[in-house]
Amino acid sequence: MENEPGALSRVAGLFSARGYNIESLTVAPTEDPSLSRMTVVTSGSDDVIEQITKQLNKLVDVVKVVDLSDGDHIERELMLVKVRASGKDREEMKRMADIFRGRIVDVTEKAYTIELTGTGSKLDAFLEALERGVILETVRTGASGIGRGERILKVS
Amino acid sequence: MELTAGVTTELSGAEITIRCLQEEGVEFIFGYPGGAVLPLYDELFKQEKVKHILVRHEQAAVHGADAYSRSTGKVGVVLVTSGPGVTNAVTGIATAHMDSIPMVIVTGQVPTHAIGQDAFQEVDTVGITRPCVKHNFLVKDIKDLAVIMKKAFYLAATGRPGPVLVDIPKDVQSTKTAYFYPQSVTMRSYNPVTKGHSGQIKKAIQLLMEAKRPMIYTGGGIVLGNASAELTQLVRTLGFPCTNTLMGLGGYPASDPQFVGMLGMHGTYEANMAMQNCDVLLAIGARFDDRVIGNPKHFFQEDRRIIHVDIDPSSISKRVRVDVPIVGDVREVLQEMNRQLAAAKERPDPAAIKSWWTQIEQWRSRDCLKYDRASKIIKPQFVMEKLYELTKDMDLFLTSDVGQHQMWAAQFYKFEKPRRWINSGGLGTMGVGLPYALGVQLAYPDATVACVTGEASIQMCIQELSTAKQYRLPVKIVNLNNRYMGMVRQWQQFFHGNRYAESYMDALPDFVKLTESYGHVGMRIDKPEDVEPALKEAFGRKNDLVFMDFITDQTENVFPMVPGGKGLSEMILV
Repeated sequence: MENEPGALSRVAGLFSARGYNIESLTVAPTEDPSLSRMTVVTSGSDDVIEQITKQLNKLVDVVKVVDLSDGDHIERELMLVKVRASGKDREEMKRMADIFRGRIVDVTEKAYTIELTGTGSKLDAFLEALERGVILETVRTGASGIGRGERILKVS
Repeated sequence: MELTAGVTTELSGAEITIRCLQEEGVEFIFGYPGGAVLPLYDELFKQEKVKHILVRHEQAAVHGADAYSRSTGKVGVVLVTSGPGVTNAVTGIATAHMDSIPMVIVTGQVPTHAIGQDAFQEVDTVGITRPCVKHNFLVKDIKDLAVIMKKAFYLAATGRPGPVLVDIPKDVQSTKTAYFYPQSVTMRSYNPVTKGHSGQIKKAIQLLMEAKRPMIYTGGGIVLGNASAELTQLVRTLGFPCTNTLMGLGGYPASDPQFVGMLGMHGTYEANMAMQNCDVLLAIGARFDDRVIGNPKHFFQEDRRIIHVDIDPSSISKRVRVDVPIVGDVREVLQEMNRQLAAAKERPDPAAIKSWWTQIEQWRSRDCLKYDRASKIIKPQFVMEKLYELTKDMDLFLTSDVGQHQMWAAQFYKFEKPRRWINSGGLGTMGVGLPYALGVQLAYPDATVACVTGEASIQMCIQELSTAKQYRLPVKIVNLNNRYMGMVRQWQQFFHGNRYAESYMDALPDFVKLTESYGHVGMRIDKPEDVEPALKEAFGRKNDLVFMDFITDQTENVFPMVPGGKGLSEMILV
């Protein structure tokens, strides 16, 4: 979509006004600074998804809409988790981070901050695998998606 | 975006705005001044091309511009100040948006440095209006102003039309820059489809040829898309029945025998029955809304195939699944359909079509709009019938407010041409009737313009009687005064156990005296035998605004009626 002030609120407003689900929404400018790319994760029946696509296309700031789940695609989300890392938990947290291919990006005497990237379900699985009590704080970006192979979303 | 041709001079933002309006050929700008638009008013003052119409409330400014657009097809233009000027205008903007009316609204905003500071008369105009405009802009840089104005007119008038708002901070209005007005704009994110897919059109023709019980259902898109002639040709060639929505009235000539009347909640028995029982439905410029097909589940109890033509892809398969979607400008699509039809060798099965018409005529003979013609109290339907009889050769423009009177006008007045019936369909805004009439009369100074209203609706914009005086607009007001918010009362009677909560209009003004105090002519009519003479006298007064206060039956209801949530064929009949 056009990298214009207010473009984000037009999309967010559309979802709330028409009662569509919005699970996550990520947006940032692209290599062409006049364009922003947004990934919206939503759910609904085929009819609802068709309407969402049409309504998004109707927004004047929206240049192109693609349903990534129509084909093969890659989906990644970034999560930062601050966990308790003292005593016996310290070694365990390191192991868990390694198993999930996470990286410890901040270390104190009592805590680790783990960076983890993957699909939403992988991040969920990581949180599930941790003991509730060790999680001090989490922050997630929401999913960004891109088509596999030669499938390209580009404005001509 | 590309720029093509233009002229260069150094002008202030206010001068640029007015110059843009002149370039667009704007005749009238409906508005109300205030602090944040003073530089714009100063520039309006210095020129004569764009005539400003001063209303008495910003809502009426938008309604006036809206009716100007509905009756002419041109873009309506509004100018209001920041804060309350904008919030007062919102009802009008939402009304235009729901009915897809092309309009440009210019609003003043507090200076850019004051935005976000809770300044005097500051509101987040772009935020407040976002859900009820096609698009809006906040002009932060004077250099963007002319291009934004061009885009605003382009967006308003093309594709599915709608209101576009341009918010201009006061400092931008007084900053100077080189003026360059582009002749055209292109936007990579906005490319409305106009030409329908010819393969889909071919499929549609094929379906129509196979139909045994066909129906053609058209809406406001035919009016907005100037496609009446093409529709009429198609309907006559096929020999199929045709119905119009409330917004589509006049799209097909109502006196034609193939016209089965309006459909929907208060549609005719024959239109609703034919809609429910058809086997092939051709929908053009209509959107299957809740007031038209009632409960969609009930609608789908009957098996039928649907062809849907609309310029807006999101209108297709929104409430009902269709078999042949055609996205395109209705006029272009109808032209192509007529071409393909002329070239086609087959014709629909004449025996099947004949027997379908026999069925429709049987439904028609039910006379669903009958009422007590011998009543000693004025029946509102009687006033509508007389109004039609007396004005049918005048090429009348009829506006209405919202409620029972609106439905009676729609049922009883036979509109032969598009853009003659001006009312708020989608939003159902009470109070539009009088400002609508003024907007139409300005566009057509020599035409006869009447407004059908009720004592509740008219009071929502009654102050515009003053605007009518200032600009000498001799509209004729037909007030069906039943001392109730009639449609509310009807629903309370049917669905809320006759408990008429707050729907009685107490402490009504003397409308005759009220009208006279504004400098117009008032009449009060309370006997059926006086209806015709009163209408004759009123319409004979070419140069006067005449307010006819008809004292009508308090308990009359609008029939047929499809109750909310019910199916089209589950009508309450009189």
